[in-house]
Amino acid sequence: MALVLQNIDLREDGIAHLDNVSLEFKRGRLYTILGRTLAGKTTLLRTIAGLQHPQRGSMELHGQDYLDIPVWKRSTAMVYQQFINYPHLSALANVMFPLKRAGMSRDKARRRARAVLAGVGLSGFENRRPGALSGGQQQRVALARALVKRADILLLDEPLVNLDYKLREQLREDFQNIFKGQDDAIVIYTTTEPAEAIQLGHEIIVMDEGRVIQQGNSLDVFNAPTTIRCAEVINDPPMNIFSGTIDKGHINLQGDVRLPLPSHLDQLSEGPYRFGLRAADLSINGEIESEVELSEISGSQTILHLRGGIGSFILYEEGVYQYAIGSTVNVSLNPDRIYGFSVQGDLVAAPAPMSKQWR
Amino acid sequence: MKTIYLALKYLAILLWTSFVALPFLWALTTSFKTANGVTGGATYIPWLQYKPSLEGWKVLVRTGGQGIDIVGPYISSAIVTLSASFLSLALGTLAAYGLSRFSYRLGFLKNSDITFFFISQRIMPPIVLAIPFFLMLQFLGLLDTIPGLILVYIALLLPIATWVMVDFFNNIPRQVDEMAMIDGCNPIGAFVRVILPNSLPGIAVAGLFCIIFGWNDFFFAFTLTFTKTQLLPVAVVALNSSVTPWWSLSASALVSVAPLVIIAFFVERFLSSGKMAGAIR
Repeated sequence: MALVLQNIDLREDGIAHLDNVSLEFKRGRLYTILGRTLAGKTTLLRTIAGLQHPQRGSMELHGQDYLDIPVWKRSTAMVYQQFINYPHLSALANVMFPLKRAGMSRDKARRRARAVLAGVGLSGFENRRPGALSGGQQQRVALARALVKRADILLLDEPLVNLDYKLREQLREDFQNIFKGQDDAIVIYTTTEPAEAIQLGHEIIVMDEGRVIQQGNSLDVFNAPTTIRCAEVINDPPMNIFSGTIDKGHINLQGDVRLPLPSHLDQLSEGPYRFGLRAADLSINGEIESEVELSEISGSQTILHLRGGIGSFILYEEGVYQYAIGSTVNVSLNPDRIYGFSVQGDLVAAPAPMSKQWR
Repeated sequence: MKTIYLALKYLAILLWTSFVALPFLWALTTSFKTANGVTGGATYIPWLQYKPSLEGWKVLVRTGGQGIDIVGPYISSAIVTLSASFLSLALGTLAAYGLSRFSYRLGFLKNSDITFFFISQRIMPPIVLAIPFFLMLQFLGLLDTIPGLILVYIALLLPIATWVMVDFFNNIPRQVDEMAMIDGCNPIGAFVRVILPNSLPGIAVAGLFCIIFGWNDFFFAFTLTFTKTQLLPVAVVALNSSVTPWWSLSASALVSVAPLVIIAFFVERFLSSGKMAGAIR
């Protein structure tokens, strides 16, 4: 029992929003679609909901054609990144709305809507209109309206993106419990944030420019991104990519930087490659002289945008530090964490998974 | 400096308020005067400066002899205006929703051109429309009848209703319609159950415009009626004779404007902004 998409193409004004997308979503699982803006995530959800129609391809739910079913007859619920509610109705009436449309009696709909509102932490707010609720509460109403239907497919399009940091953290934790109640549903969640995708766990689908570029268990994708593009998307900040060669047991990077060849790359033949290194795998205690182009503080970390002989790159340092723009730091690269990609950008060798970090 | 600014500000407000309110005050005092009271110079305070009289008001309901009965034209105007406004609003709202939500293309014409085509009917001078309307009503046998006037007024009010509502619907995010459809409404259900209840401010504005334009129209009420049917603006003008009866004209002006003031008072509560707050963020 699954939702199966095959060779879905959707173009608008000559731009491919979905390019030959084939996916299978199984009941009772949570899928996180990760991709940057305009990667095709929202278009994919809208296509599943029936709001957009592909020019090519097929979509089947439980073995039956799903493309020709109109939006209002699909067993789909959706939460947009904007908090969409019906402003003329109270929170309770908002949540009852899909149930009444489905023909449920008023009393039964009210009971179920109250229970779902309580489940998303909105007990006591039933009679308030959306305009009288905070942003987080409005999104909870929208979420409750999606959950109350008990639809076969639950679509969540970056539901946390318009919330402030604290609310985002809180709702993200709540999601773990909320989704547990949707055992029979296919839950598809889109995000631009790799940390969010990994935290939600289950299966991750990485999209870029309308195409699915990798799919699999979230940690597997994180540990072994199959392409440079995927490595950039799955890491925040994006993985640093350096051009270089493998030559006589060493990695030679631009700017005469020479590193010993780590064991996980030693089966590679000599020649040109592209090497990937996460921002956290560089540190300020080495010999590669680099100039600070930008210094950012994120939570309790410092993110440095640097330029040196090896090119432009990003370094992630635990702790909060201040660096003057234009100042010089000496950087070292951890060769044991280097990813090897072919010149075309395909993964050829990856370091061992960091079990310590992802216990 | 601040004091001078405040003084100037309140002076400007006072001047404008006087400009708007004084004609009403003038009409109110004049409606209670007699011929002597009007010609004897400017007076404003009843009992002190002039002796109030109901003569001007009596003329409005007198039949035969002097004056004119405006009760009949009043009812006719109300029927024509309310019917035409209601139908224009109903048709205009549907047309506007279509123009706002669906894409139409007829040759090089697109939605924006169609919307402009609607309003362009109000750009040309009414005299241009008078002859075609006259001929059409004559052909239909509806000259000098209330249904004929309703038909003409719908043609005049529909562009206003459509134009106001297109703009209003354009400001309601499409995602609200989409969400209603995901929640089980077909497109008409989404319109009726979700979009329409949230469009009351727009409908109120469009309705008020329709009623004001319909109620105040003199030109078509004059050119398309003769003896059987008479609307209020024509009846008011008919009060005028060789001697202008300022007192009854003032009374009729107040009676004419009264329903609009009352309607505006009730509609105003729908005009407050923020009705769509909570739809989308």
